[in-house]
Amino acid sequence: MKLSGARILLECLKREGVDLIFGLPGGAVLPIYDVLYDFEGIRHVLVRQEAAAGHAAEGYSRTTGRTGVCLVTSGPAATNLVTALQDALMDSIPLVAFTGQVPTHLIGNDAFQEADNVGITRSATKHNFLVKDGKDLAGIIKEAFHIASTGRPGPVHVDLPKDILVKEWPFEYPESVHLRSYNPTYDGHPGQIKKAARALVRAKRPVLYVGGGVISSNASPELHELAELTRVPVTQTLMGLGAFPMAHPLSLDMLGMHGTYYANMAVHHSDCLVAVGARFDDRVTGRVDAFAPNAEIIHIDIDPSSISKNIQVDIPIVGDCKRVLAKLVEAVREEMKTYPQGAVKEARRQWAEQIAEWKRAEPLRYEWSDEIIKPQYVIEEISNLTNGEALMVTGVGQHQMWAAQYYRFKHPRMWCTSGGLGTMGYGLPTAMGVQAGNPGKLVVNIDGDGSFAMNSQELATCFEEHLPVKTVIINNGGHGMVRQWQRIIYKERFCAIDLGTSPDFVKLAEAYGCTGIRATKPSEVVPALEKMISTPGPVVLDVWVNKDECVFPMVPAGGANVDMILAPPSREARDRAAKSQTGF
Amino acid sequence: MADAPEITKHTIAVLVENKFGVLSRVAGLFSARGYNIESLSVGETLDPSVSRMTLVVSGDAFVIEQVMKQLHKLVDVIKVIDLSEETHVEREMLLIRVNAEPAARAEILRIADIFRAKVVDVTAASYTLEATGEESKIEAILELLRPFGIQEVVRTGKVAIARSPKGRLRRVEEKLGKVAPVRPANQDPRVFGFAD
Repeated sequence: MKLSGARILLECLKREGVDLIFGLPGGAVLPIYDVLYDFEGIRHVLVRQEAAAGHAAEGYSRTTGRTGVCLVTSGPAATNLVTALQDALMDSIPLVAFTGQVPTHLIGNDAFQEADNVGITRSATKHNFLVKDGKDLAGIIKEAFHIASTGRPGPVHVDLPKDILVKEWPFEYPESVHLRSYNPTYDGHPGQIKKAARALVRAKRPVLYVGGGVISSNASPELHELAELTRVPVTQTLMGLGAFPMAHPLSLDMLGMHGTYYANMAVHHSDCLVAVGARFDDRVTGRVDAFAPNAEIIHIDIDPSSISKNIQVDIPIVGDCKRVLAKLVEAVREEMKTYPQGAVKEARRQWAEQIAEWKRAEPLRYEWSDEIIKPQYVIEEISNLTNGEALMVTGVGQHQMWAAQYYRFKHPRMWCTSGGLGTMGYGLPTAMGVQAGNPGKLVVNIDGDGSFAMNSQELATCFEEHLPVKTVIINNGGHGMVRQWQRIIYKERFCAIDLGTSPDFVKLAEAYGCTGIRATKPSEVVPALEKMISTPGPVVLDVWVNKDECVFPMVPAGGANVDMILAPPSREARDRAAKSQTGF
Repeated sequence: MADAPEITKHTIAVLVENKFGVLSRVAGLFSARGYNIESLSVGETLDPSVSRMTLVVSGDAFVIEQVMKQLHKLVDVIKVIDLSEETHVEREMLLIRVNAEPAARAEILRIADIFRAKVVDVTAASYTLEATGEESKIEAILELLRPFGIQEVVRTGKVAIARSPKGRLRRVEEKLGKVAPVRPANQDPRVFGFAD
C-alpha cells in the first residue's frame, strides 16, 4: 500500500491511539492539514502560538497518563515550540512534537521559514529525528512514541520535510520496536532492594521524599502501602504533589526552598532518607553539604544519571518506581518478621512526636487582613470549594508556591506546574490541554498577572474550542517573586518589577468572549470563586492581592534548608542584611 | 564533605549507532554540561552501522561517573566503557611539516629514526613526518623538532583499545555479532609487551 507521507503520519498517530493534537498550521505542514481535513478520529485544537501547543500537550499528558502530541510548522513555529520542549524535558513529560521542515533539497539553503530544527531541539529533547527518507517515516514515529513514553519519559521531536509529506511511500506500520541502544531498566536490583528494606526497617528517623517519578509511574498506591506499613512520614516535591494525600497524618507536605518547616526539619534530622522518583534538585536540597547530613540515602529512580548527580547516594536502586516500591514493600514485610523492633519502636515513637512538635510549632501561616486580600487565603478557599478534586494548573512565581503550599492535594495526576524550567506563561495553555483531555471536569488555572500575560492570547483558543478553563489571577501588579527577592536579598532595590494596572483582565477576558470577574476585598473572594465555578465557559477571575506579601518559609538560594526564613524579616534583620555582601 | 577531588584523565570508548547527528549529540552533551573534552576521534567498526568514538576527558571521579551516565543516556549510544579502568593501549598519530634546510636534514632524520617516525613527503625546504605513539612520545618529538621551525602540525586525537580480549567492550561487540569470537587460549596470540 502506498500513501502520502502526510497520510502515513496520521495513520500512525491513529494506531498509536492519538485522538487529540494541538497545533498551528503553516506552509511546510500544509500537506498534513490537507489530509486532516476529512480524517476521522483525531481532534485538532488550534492554538494561537506554538509554545502553547507544546504546553497544552504537556497538560494533556500529565493528567491523562498518555503521550501528548503537537504539530507546528517549520522555522519560527519550531523555535517557538522549543520552550515547551525544554519544559517537558525538565519535568519528564512524554510528548511527541512534529514540526514541518523545508523540502529536503532546500535544507541548508536558508530557504523561507527554514531553521535547523533538529539542531536547535537536540538539547531540549530526549531524542529527535529528521526524516530524510519517507520509507523510514512509520518506523520513526513508532520509535518516537516508544522513546517518549518509556524509561524516564520526555519529549521527542520529529522534523518532517515537506517533500516527504507530499510524496507517496510504501506504508507498513511496525507492530513492535527494537532499539539495541535503548533499554531502560525497570526492575530494581533485588539485592539493593533488600539492603534498602533492611536500612529502612532499622532506621530511627526515616523520611520518604517523593517526586514526579511517582506520578509518572502511577506508583501512588505502592507508596501509600509502604508509608503505612513502615509508618514513615512522606514529603513531596513540587512535581510530586498529589502522590500522597496531604490530609494523611504521615504527610509532611512539600519540602525545599518554599517547603514547610516540618518537612525541611524532618529531612535535615533524618537518619534514613528514601528518595523515590525525585532528583535532588537545587530548589529541594538548598546547600548540598547541609542537606540531610546524617542520613543514609536510598534513591529509587529510573534514570541512572539522576543517581549521585547532586548528592552522594548510599543505596541506589535503578528501576521503575512502581515496580521497585512493590518489591520494597515485600522486602520490608519480610524484614519486619525477623527484626526485633523494640529499640527502634521507641525511637520511632519519639520521631513521630518530634515531627508533631515541629508541625505544631511552625505550621504554614499568614497574617489575616480584613482590608486587603491575602493570596494564601484565595488558594485556601479554592481548595475548600473544590474539595481538592479539581484539576489544578499554575503559572510560575509566588502564586505557584502558594498554590503548592495551600492547596490540599488528594490525588495524583491532578496537578500541572512548570517545576524544572519554571516557565512563566505555562498556566493557561497547559490548563487548556488538561481541559481538552478531561472534558466535563473542573480545571482551575492559578496564575499570576505577569505569568498569565505571557500567554493570555490562548483565551481565544479556550473560547473557540469550548475549553471552559477557570483562571484565577493572583494579581499583585508586578513580578512578585522577583520583588520578593529584591526585597529580602537585594536590600529593597526594586527594579523592573512593576506591571501597573494594565491590562484590565476583566475587559481582556470579555474581549476574547470569556467571562471576567474581579475581587478586590476579602469578603468578595468566596462569592467570586463560587460564581467562577458555576459560570459555564472560560472565566478569568482577577483577584487584587497585597503586593507586599512574600512566600514563606523561604530558603535563600544556596542556603541550608534549616536556615529558612519563616516570616518577613524584622527591621534588625533587614539592617543586618543591608550590611552583608549577599544579603544573608 | 570530601577532600579536594583528584582530577585525572580518562580514555572513554563509546559505541554509537552510525546515524546522522550522533557526533553533535555527544559534542553537545559536553558543552551543555560543562565537561572538558580533550580529544575526540570517530571511526567505523567492523559493523558499518556502528561507530566507535574515543574520548579523552579529564575530571574527578564524580564528573567521570556523570559523563559515563550522561553518554549512556543518549538514545543512540550502545555502550560506554572507561578504558582507564582496564589495561589498554593508546595511540595518537601526528603529521608534522618541519623546515628542513640542507644543514638540518640529517639531524631531523635522526630524530625521526629514534621515534620510528616516517618521512611521508619531502620538498626542497621541508620534511613532512608521520609519527605514531602515546601522548608522551608525540609531545617529545614535537619538542625536539620545534627548534627547526614547525610549519604545520596535525594530530588525530587518541584512539585506544583494550588489551584483554575479554574486555567489556569486546563482549558487547561479540554479542552484537560484530567480531569473531575469541580463539581458545592455546591459539590466542596474546600480546604481552607493548610492541611499537
